[in-house]
Amino acid sequence: MEIVTSPHVLKPVSITRVMGQVCLALLPGIAVYSWLIGPALLLQLGIASLTALAAEALLLKLRGKPVSPFLMDGSALVTAWLIALTFPPLSPWWLTATGVLFAIVIAKQLYGGLGQNPFNPAMVAFAACIVAFPALMSQWPAQGLSLSFGQQLEVVFGLAPRIDALTAATPLDAMKTALKMDGVHASVQELLANQTLYGTFAGRGWEWVTSAYLLGGLFLLWRRVITWHVPVAFVLGLLLISGLCWSLDPARYADPLFHLFSGGAMLGAFFIATDPVSGCTTPRGKLIFGFGAGALAYLIRVFGAFPDGIAFAVLIMNLCAPLIDLFCQPAVFGKKKEAP
Amino acid sequence: MISREEFRSIAHNGLWKQNTGLVQLLGLCPLLAISTNMVNAVMLSLATILVMALANVAVASLRNLIPHEIRIPVFILIVAALVTVVDLLFNAWFHQLYVILGIFIPLIVTNCIVLARVEAFAAKNPALHSTLDGIFMGIGLLWTLALLGALRELIGSGTLLAGIEMVIPGASAIQVLPADYPGFLLAILPPGAFILLGCLIAWKNWLDQRAAARERARPASPATPAEPAGEASPAPAG
Repeated sequence: MEIVTSPHVLKPVSITRVMGQVCLALLPGIAVYSWLIGPALLLQLGIASLTALAAEALLLKLRGKPVSPFLMDGSALVTAWLIALTFPPLSPWWLTATGVLFAIVIAKQLYGGLGQNPFNPAMVAFAACIVAFPALMSQWPAQGLSLSFGQQLEVVFGLAPRIDALTAATPLDAMKTALKMDGVHASVQELLANQTLYGTFAGRGWEWVTSAYLLGGLFLLWRRVITWHVPVAFVLGLLLISGLCWSLDPARYADPLFHLFSGGAMLGAFFIATDPVSGCTTPRGKLIFGFGAGALAYLIRVFGAFPDGIAFAVLIMNLCAPLIDLFCQPAVFGKKKEAP
Repeated sequence: MISREEFRSIAHNGLWKQNTGLVQLLGLCPLLAISTNMVNAVMLSLATILVMALANVAVASLRNLIPHEIRIPVFILIVAALVTVVDLLFNAWFHQLYVILGIFIPLIVTNCIVLARVEAFAAKNPALHSTLDGIFMGIGLLWTLALLGALRELIGSGTLLAGIEMVIPGASAIQVLPADYPGFLLAILPPGAFILLGCLIAWKNWLDQRAAARERARPASPATPAEPAGEASPAPAG
């Protein structure tokens, strides 16, 4: 690598380019996930994308903004993809559409569009839907379930009855429920020995989906779409607190590796908590933001009532982001640091 | 007695310009907690209207006898006495509904909107004006709450007027959306109340802005050059 003297040519970073790379980085995760689940995931991605683009265009028109430049920035598409990836893949179509509408209309455009939203739109949609439809949002395809594309289509569009046997809790949720059950004293090790549900280090199959998200996240780091601060702090926060609980009682708390590769931890660390709009912008602020989100995610997923805690953890940290940034302003070059 | 202009001003203030739910944003606690369906919202508003009208007329009649320094405790005592009456009335006539509304009927005592109207209006105006102010402010609250309750009920469970049989025996709720509508629970939970109230406020501001824009556009047109100032804007009278 040769270092050249200034002047340097600067290439402006366009939002479209950033969002395009985020979508590209999601592809490995999507590929593994749809190999695990089947084409239903692609169907959900399609439903979410169409709804998001339509809602975005309509709202931009209502707000009197130019439609095509804002639509082409791709931010609505990223929100839609994150929603499709975090919602159960066999959700009825209207559930995904409701989530996307909530994200685009209420969480994004009503606040003033991209750059003005205080909360991550995809996570607002997840939180709203899990509060409004707790049962549907906890029904994940059962392990080893193999449905043809036609059957999946029928389930998603409500043509076939939703049979209980189709769905189950996620490995993460199943672990929590089993550990909380009164009278049954199964330890984490005994539960993990169940080879139909758990694989080498996390949920069977799921561990490879989350590994693929990690791969996509590393791609984003390499392309400098995101900085290292948030993902590293997020993983650290999750590792630290899950390690603490695990070292206190390994029979009741699963090991940190399990938590890192379960649920939405990897997606949260690299794709959700790194949202440049709703997160912190200062380097130290990003570290605090990521650490807080990781630690809260563990506390909510282990001690809370919901299947996973990423959405609520990110939303709570979104609330704190302006305050954190206020106290983490770096000193202007050449000046001493002033109190805010 | 009351002039036509004063009456219009009081009515306009209560129903729209100073609407308790959408503009003053006073008494939000019952507004958001009780408006889970239309019947609850309307019945609580009716109780509040009754209390506001009676409190205003009582305070306005006594306003020259109440020492200025201790006026707030006296107002509270008057309002509390009236709320006790309304509370007993509800218990006697609509017992089922009384159980559902629960603490929110006694809490009308502490509803800031009641105290605000007593302090801001009834303590300075004659009895007839004050009564009308209490009634119109109350009706302003009623239509806001009824609309909010209807929206939350419709989005949350797809029905309208659920629980009407507690008020009118024999009547039944209307199933507006198909019976297999899954129900958007969020609308019935507190966040739904805040989101929908925000939407209603935005709707009112939008209407006001449109009206103001039309008002501005009118004098500019050459067809109507000079209008008498009193006719053009009825609003500033209040």
